[in-house]
Amino acid sequence: MAIEVADKTYETDEEGYLVNLSDWSEDVANHIAKSENIDLSPNHWEVVNFLREYYSEFQIAPAVRVLTKAIGKKLGPDKGNSKYLYELFPYGPAKQACKIAGLPKPTGCV
Amino acid sequence: MSEQGGEKGGMDLEEETSGVVKKFMFVNRKAPHGTIYALEALEVVLISAAFDQDVSLAFLDDGVYQLAKGQDTKPIEVKNFSPTYRALEGYDIEKLYVERESLEARGLTEDQLIVPVEVMSGEELARRMEEQDVVIGC
Repeated sequence: MAIEVADKTYETDEEGYLVNLSDWSEDVANHIAKSENIDLSPNHWEVVNFLREYYSEFQIAPAVRVLTKAIGKKLGPDKGNSKYLYELFPYGPAKQACKIAGLPKPTGCV
Repeated sequence: MSEQGGEKGGMDLEEETSGVVKKFMFVNRKAPHGTIYALEALEVVLISAAFDQDVSLAFLDDGVYQLAKGQDTKPIEVKNFSPTYRALEGYDIEKLYVERESLEARGLTEDQLIVPVEVMSGEELARRMEEQDVVIGC
């Protein structure tokens, strides 16, 4: 499968995750978000950027439980809870936000 | 919108699996690259964290190389997953045991490892193994 953004084609897997991490850009993120019916707000970006930093440090996308805890540590308890994160990313803060962040599906995503 | 404690969302497996907590030990004996064992074991360990079990990892024989700092996998064109061991803490997996004899036989020291570990003799490690409900060799 593939998506097309500004006349360029990017390869994705059958679930819509980018195949090549280096294909990611903010435009690609906006495109993927739109196809998931999400308008990226600064709050969304905060989570997306957090995930990208996590990935570059640990070479994995975190499981949702770990993400929630880590967000809480970094951005405070108002944001480090499932309710807040599921409101931003209804299909799962790890799964859906990772897709928008151009990362593979989280390890430990059961 | 004043509701607190949003942890009650339906996606948590914790409630269903609380009850029985078993002691699992994953025994890593192989070098990190060249076979898929080390990476697969690490993924299973990360997944096991979702089930709130008592998980520990043992590293012995060439398995101690999995934790070596400064791995460069570019020439062999595989992913360097060693930074992922540093994510284990966030998954509440903090029992990492390294056999002293294996470390010494390979000229490695504790400060050349990428994560904090407990270095112990083979004898002590055997005792820990004895305490487990499940031991998985990787």
